[in-house]
Amino acid sequence: MKQFWKSMLKSPSGVIGLVILLLAISVAVFGPLLFPNSPWRMVQRPFLPPFMLSTVPLGTDALGRDVFAGMIFGARVSLLVGLVSTLVALVVGVPIGAMAGYFGGKVDDALMRFTEFFQTIPSFALAIVLVAILQPSIYSIVASIAVVSWPPVARLVRGEVLSLRTREYVQAAVVTGQSNTWIILREILPNALSPVIVLASLMVATAILLESSLSFLGLGDPNLISWGYMVGAGRTVIRQAWWITVFPGVAILISVLGLNLIGEGLNDALNPRLSREGR
Amino acid sequence: MMTAPPAVSIKNLRIALPKGAERPFAVDGVSLDLRPGKIVCVVGESGSGKSMCAHALMGLLPDTVNVTSGEIQFEGRDLLKLDDDRWRDLRGRRLAMIFQEPMTALNPLMRIGDQMAEMFEAHGLLTPRERRAKALSLAREVGLPDPERIVRAYPHQLSGGQRQRAMIAMALALEPAVLVADEPTTALDVTTQAQILKLIRNLQRSRNMAVMFITHDFGVVADIADQVVVLRHGKVVEEGPAATVFNEPKHDYTKALLAAVPSMHPPARAPLDDLARAVEVIGLDKTYVTSGGWFREDRRVDAARAVNFNILKGETLGLVGESGSGKSSVARLVMRLIEADRGTVRIGDTDLTQLSGKALRAERHRIQMIFQDPFASLNPRRKIGHIVADGPIAAGADSKAAFDRARDLLKMVGLDAGALERYPHEFSGGQRQRIGIARALALEPEIIVADEAVSALDVSVQAQVLRLLEDLKARLGLSMLFITHDLRVAAQICDRIAVMQRGVIVELKPTAQLFAAPEHPYTRELLAAVPGQKERAPAA
Repeated sequence: MKQFWKSMLKSPSGVIGLVILLLAISVAVFGPLLFPNSPWRMVQRPFLPPFMLSTVPLGTDALGRDVFAGMIFGARVSLLVGLVSTLVALVVGVPIGAMAGYFGGKVDDALMRFTEFFQTIPSFALAIVLVAILQPSIYSIVASIAVVSWPPVARLVRGEVLSLRTREYVQAAVVTGQSNTWIILREILPNALSPVIVLASLMVATAILLESSLSFLGLGDPNLISWGYMVGAGRTVIRQAWWITVFPGVAILISVLGLNLIGEGLNDALNPRLSREGR
Repeated sequence: MMTAPPAVSIKNLRIALPKGAERPFAVDGVSLDLRPGKIVCVVGESGSGKSMCAHALMGLLPDTVNVTSGEIQFEGRDLLKLDDDRWRDLRGRRLAMIFQEPMTALNPLMRIGDQMAEMFEAHGLLTPRERRAKALSLAREVGLPDPERIVRAYPHQLSGGQRQRAMIAMALALEPAVLVADEPTTALDVTTQAQILKLIRNLQRSRNMAVMFITHDFGVVADIADQVVVLRHGKVVEEGPAATVFNEPKHDYTKALLAAVPSMHPPARAPLDDLARAVEVIGLDKTYVTSGGWFREDRRVDAARAVNFNILKGETLGLVGESGSGKSSVARLVMRLIEADRGTVRIGDTDLTQLSGKALRAERHRIQMIFQDPFASLNPRRKIGHIVADGPIAAGADSKAAFDRARDLLKMVGLDAGALERYPHEFSGGQRQRIGIARALALEPEIIVADEAVSALDVSVQAQVLRLLEDLKARLGLSMLFITHDLRVAAQICDRIAVMQRGVIVELKPTAQLFAAPEHPYTRELLAAVPGQKERAPAA
C-alpha cells in the first residue's frame, strides 16, 4: 500500500488528477454549506454578465439565477451520479465476469451472450430509452448509466480470471479443499483488481459525461440542477450570454480530465511493468 | 595452447545495479578472455551476474544498469565505448548470440528462411536470391530435417530443438568470430539438449569460433567446456581449464556446487516388499482435443494412455519423461485437478474418481501437491500464515489451532515463526518451495505429489529441499509421487521409477535396476543423454 502511494505520487498526471478530484469533491461537499441559497432562486436581473457583481461572480442565466451557485450544486449531482453508477456497474459486472471466467463452459457461454446482448445496443440510445421509460429522476439516471456501463467490466474481469485460474496457487487452493466461492473471492479477485480499478476511474468520467448528455437533452432529474442541464438550458442563448454554457462546460471538462489523469496515474502505479519509467 | 591471442578480452568489468537492489554491483571486477576455438563456460547460480556479462558483451544491457568501469577489447576496440551505429554493424556480423527460449527469440509471424535471410539483409549483403540459397544451406548445416520445407515453415510448426537449431543457424549466418550462448539448452529436453550441445561443439570447432557459454548446469559444463569461470554474487571465485576445476576445485564454493550435483548412482534403499498400497491407479486415459473448426480435423493429443501404477505406503515413485510425455497430466489426473476420460484412482479404499463436489473436497486432504514454480504457486496477496492455514480452516479446524500448527510446520521446514506475517515476495525461491511443502503438510496427507518440485531451484538449494523432503517423508511415513525430468534427481530420491513417453509408461522398475539394466530403448536413450557423465565428472 505504501509502495502504491509512492509510485502514484511520483506520476505527475496522477497527482494533478488527484488534486482536481479532491477539489471537486470538496466543492460538492462543502460548497452548498457556504452558499445555502437554492440554485433555482432568481437573485438578480437576467443575463447579467460575469465579474460584474461580487454576489453573482459568474453572472446569471436567462431567468436571473446564479450561475456560480448552479455550478456548485451541479458538482454534487455530477460526482454522485458518476461514482454511484460506477459502483453499481462494478457490483453487476465483477461477479458476472468472475463466474463466467471461473466456471467456463456453458456458464461462460450463457453469461457472455447475455453481456453481448447489452453490448450490441448503442449505449447512449439505451440510456435515453431507459430514462424516458422510467421517468427522469436521479435513481433512474444512475440505473440506466449502470446498465449501459457494466458489460466492459464483465469482459475485463472474465479475461483476468481466465488467465489467473490456471495459476498454480489457484490449483493449490483447489487441492487443499477450498470452496469455489472462497477461491474466487480470496485467491483470484484480489489479483485481478488492478486493471478493474483503472477501468473504474475512467468509467466515473464516462458516467459524468453520460449524465451531462442526458441532462442536456432535458432528461435530467427536474428537481436537481446539474452541469449538463445548465449547458442545455443556456444553449439557445449562447450568442448573447456565453457564460451560461461555458462555465458548466469547463467544469465538466476539468472533472473528466482529472478522472482520466487519475486513471493514467493508477495505471502507472498498479502496472509498474507497463509504465514508461526508464525509457 | 594458450598462445593464441584472445578474440575478446573483458577486463575488470563492473556493472552497477540501480539503487535499492540487493547488492551494489551486478558484475564486480570480472576479467576473462575468449580465445578462438575455445569454449568458455560461465557458471553460476541465479543472480550471480552471468547473464549480465553476456549482455554486456553484446551491448544489450538494460537501461536500468550502467557500466561503471572496465573494458571489453575486441579487434582493437573497446566495445563499451561504441555508439549505436557501430554496434549494429558488429552485432550479428562479428558477435552473435543465441538465447534461452527459442520460441520467444524468433518472430512468430515470419518464415524461418526469411528470418535467416534477414541476417544478410540487415547488413546489406548478397542479393535476395543468394540470401535464400544461403538460408537453405545454413538449415542443412545445422541439421534441420527436410531443409527445403523447413525454411518455409513458421516457428510454431517446429519443435523446441528445431527452433534452437534455427537460432543457431541465424547466429552463424555471417560467420561471427565470437558466439555468446545464454543458457541455450535450459529450455530443452535432455535428449535434445545432448544433440544441440554436440552441434554447438562441432560448429565451433569447424569455424574456430570463440564461444562464451552461460549455464547453471554443471553436467553441461562437463560436456562442453574448455575453460570454466565460476561466478558468485558478480565476482569470479574460480577459473581455469575444465579438467582442473572439476578434479581439483580450489574454492569452497566450487566444491559445494560440485558436491550438490546429484550423482547418477542410486544409493542403496531398503526393500519395500509386503507393504500396503497407498495409491492405486488403474487404466487412466486422457486425451486433449483441440477443435479444428469446420474445415480441419480436431487435433488430439494423448496425455495418458492406459496408465497403471501403484504406490506403496512409505514409497517414493518417480515419474520421469521429457516435456509433453504426459507426466504432469498424470499428476493432475491423480489429484483430480483435471478429469480423466477413463480409469480409476484409488486412495486406500476410497475411489477418488467417483467423488464430486463436497464429498471430493472432504477427501482432498489425503493427497496433497507440491508445485513446480515457487513464484507462481503462492498467492502474492496473501500472508504466509494464511497460505499455510487456509487448508485446515476450510476443512473445519479452529483458526487459532490452525495458525499454531502453521507455525510448527514452518519451523519443521526450516523457516522461523516471523514468516507467518510476511508476504511471498519477501522470500527466495528455495524458501518459497519450503512454504509450499508446509502448505501440503498442513492437511496431514497420506500422499504427496511433487510435480517438478525442485526443477526451478539452483543446485545447492535443490539439494537442501530434496534432503528436507526425504527427511519429512521418513518422519511422517508419507508416500510420494515424484515427477521430474531430471534423472539425477530421480536416482537420488526414488524407490521405483516409471518412464513415460507420449502418455504411456514404457518401463517401471526399482531405481537401481533401471539404472543398471534399462530395457526399453527410450529409457536407454534418456539415460545416455544425461549431461556430465564423462570421466572427468567427479565421482560424488
